[in-house]
Amino acid sequence: MFAQVGAAIAAVMLLGGPALAESKLTDPQIAHIAYTAGNIDIAAAKQALTKASNKEVKAFAQDMVRDHEAVNKQALDLVKKLNVTPEDNDTSKALSKQASEKLAELGKLNGAAFDKAYVANEVAYHKAVDSALETKLIPSASNAELKSLLQTGLKIFQGHEQHAEHVAAGLK
Amino acid sequence: MQRGRFGLIAGVLSLAATAVPAHAATITIVMENLVVSPAEATAKVGDTIEWVNKDVFAHTATARNGDFDVMIPPKQTVTYVLKKAGTVDYYCRFHPNMKAMLKIDGKPSP
Repeated sequence: MFAQVGAAIAAVMLLGGPALAESKLTDPQIAHIAYTAGNIDIAAAKQALTKASNKEVKAFAQDMVRDHEAVNKQALDLVKKLNVTPEDNDTSKALSKQASEKLAELGKLNGAAFDKAYVANEVAYHKAVDSALETKLIPSASNAELKSLLQTGLKIFQGHEQHAEHVAAGLK
Repeated sequence: MQRGRFGLIAGVLSLAATAVPAHAATITIVMENLVVSPAEATAKVGDTIEWVNKDVFAHTATARNGDFDVMIPPKQTVTYVLKKAGTVDYYCRFHPNMKAMLKIDGKPSP
């Protein structure tokens, strides 16, 4: 389980990695990364909805789908309004690659083992995204509306992190 | 004669006052961008709390002591009449970083 959490952290650490420190992220790239981060969590939650056995874990997964779909809809509305086309980039690609590996890894687990691993990964993933938003994405965003949406996104992710920690505590 | 009429009116008014808590207030608390404001509000038993959720996310107002658990769907307003006195910390179950407090006075408004 520690290895799984480690992998999740490593995946998102890429956001703050040295490769990105050199070049400033553009708004179209930031929008793409934020949208991708949300989609990753939706995919993880959809997997949990089919595999989780614990009631609290299922309810948590449902909350993740609902909130992240809502935030991503806001993001799409905003990029349309700003006439910005989200631009794929190395960070988004690395995030997606790590996420699909994680989906495959969790896909092999069942029952209580799946529940624990999913929730532990949710805690780690949200923590890592919080830190990326705070230290990298929000400071780099130029457009005020994008920055403000990312700030709301940060509060959503922080809320989910605490919610996930609460669910994790209940599984012990 | 005038005094008599005033007496009657006063009598009717005081009857009305005992029958219904005429001064029960409505206190509006807004949830926007995952912030509850005001974070601290004072009210009396019998007052109505009106939670206005301006977000696209569902929130709850969940009392830590179990006194209430109100769900406020996205972009909706939900009212709740306070039944018990006390200082109640509450939070959103979906986003536990949303926290607020209600100070509820036991004596209903006169």
